[in-house]
Amino acid sequence: MAKNTSSSAFRKIDVDAYNEDNYKEDEQGELQSPPVGPDEAEVNSFLNQGRMVDALKTVLRNAPLGSKNQQVKDAALALTMKVLLTVKASQVEEVVLALDPDLVDVLMKYVYKGFESPSEGSSGHLLVWHEKAFAAGGLGSIVRVLTDSKRA
Amino acid sequence: MVETHSFGVNPITCHAWNHDRSRLAFSPNNNEVHVYRRVELEWRLEDVLNQHDLRVTGIDWATRTNRLVTCAVDRNAYVWTQGDDGRWRPTLVLLRINRAATCVRWSPLENKFAVGSGARLISICYFESENDWWVSKHIKKPIRSTVTALDWHPNNAIIVAGSADFKVRLFSALIKDIEKAPEANAWGGRSSLGALIAEFPAPGNSLGGWVHAVSFSADGNRVAWVSHDSSIFVADPKRPPTRLKTQFLPYRAITWVAPDKMVAAGHDCSPYLYKVTPDGQLVMVCKLDVYKKREAGGLSAMRKFQSLDRNARIEPADTSLDSVHQNAITSICIHKGTKEACVTFSTTGLDGQLVMWDVNNLESAIQNLRL
Repeated sequence: MAKNTSSSAFRKIDVDAYNEDNYKEDEQGELQSPPVGPDEAEVNSFLNQGRMVDALKTVLRNAPLGSKNQQVKDAALALTMKVLLTVKASQVEEVVLALDPDLVDVLMKYVYKGFESPSEGSSGHLLVWHEKAFAAGGLGSIVRVLTDSKRA
Repeated sequence: MVETHSFGVNPITCHAWNHDRSRLAFSPNNNEVHVYRRVELEWRLEDVLNQHDLRVTGIDWATRTNRLVTCAVDRNAYVWTQGDDGRWRPTLVLLRINRAATCVRWSPLENKFAVGSGARLISICYFESENDWWVSKHIKKPIRSTVTALDWHPNNAIIVAGSADFKVRLFSALIKDIEKAPEANAWGGRSSLGALIAEFPAPGNSLGGWVHAVSFSADGNRVAWVSHDSSIFVADPKRPPTRLKTQFLPYRAITWVAPDKMVAAGHDCSPYLYKVTPDGQLVMVCKLDVYKKREAGGLSAMRKFQSLDRNARIEPADTSLDSVHQNAITSICIHKGTKEACVTFSTTGLDGQLVMWDVNNLESAIQNLRL
């Protein structure tokens, strides 16, 4: 008869590590998305001209979601945050409506990523983005943020 | 058009019908399988199958040979046959797996069945008459995670498996000892047991989420599946799979109801009808649940106790959802008709309800509403 203990250390044993055909994530993920993130100069020039929709489309379309290179991902996140925080709250809705459904999913990923590392006033602004992206993409777009193995 | 039956407060994890739909087998989320007989408007409990030690995860009824197969978290599967006295007797199947079994399906000819499991393999089981027992052969490669869903091709030789590694794969499941190779079909491929016929999405191309349910179309030339990223996929031998990202919560179950239509249901609590257009695109036709919440007429003692019983709430607040099912739908079975031309289908859910839906009537009624 097994002894009853309050120890829960056994739960942390990774039994699958002892299995020879252990599950590994796909290695070829890098091929799917552009290896480098969005072009910063291009995005900045869009921002300076006030072309918010073009700026956002550029960062979302070139998002290095499948990349394994953390520096590239961090740079893309910083640039995307810059775009998101530059757009005025009153303009958010029309910008979101200009995006196609795939880009709304990517936008949602960056909104959640932005919540992870808040700066002064950013979360409040991201909530506006979240509200409008949710209106466009529904619950499905949130579920896809949680499910997808390619994170922002 | 919509018929509801309640079987208590326990979730129903899976259900299956017999050949004339007079009997229903389901598991109330524990180690038991309840077999009910329908007597006009009420259900009578005929038998409780309690051979399993742990939660039952799959039930399938071989309608022609009147046998039940069940599989459970205790890593066992049993084939149940009905004796002359009406009692069901189990026969253990040697699955040879070291993780929980997750799903089970009889083949169309009912001479074998397939069990998916957390051991990252599919057991194809058949009866060996010399030794008088059910044996299994394994399909292992290249499955890399739990097999969550299975369905058979109508030719009895191909099986489709959805898995938690985000992939859907077609395998040959031909057992040479008991049957001959079938005629050529659209998927082609070799016919030795375990041969990989197709893999979606293509290798190295990871997208979507873990797969909840798969379904072959009636002619076997298309396969549809739903995954946890709220998407529906349809694939055929010629084109890469089509994906439709929905706006709703993920679906848990899917089945074809016409050559170009399928019904999906899940965490959204309502079934939805989808259609494949001739050029291969997936479109949503309508939500089949047109339930209107009835205005609560004051406070009744019955409502109060019902709320206490179902939700453990003392205050009589109205917590009911705007749908027939009050919690996620876990399984869909065709009740009347076939995958080719389904008349009614049944859904069961975590709310302990069984609901029967009339596809055509609902579809036309909803379309009239729109006009």
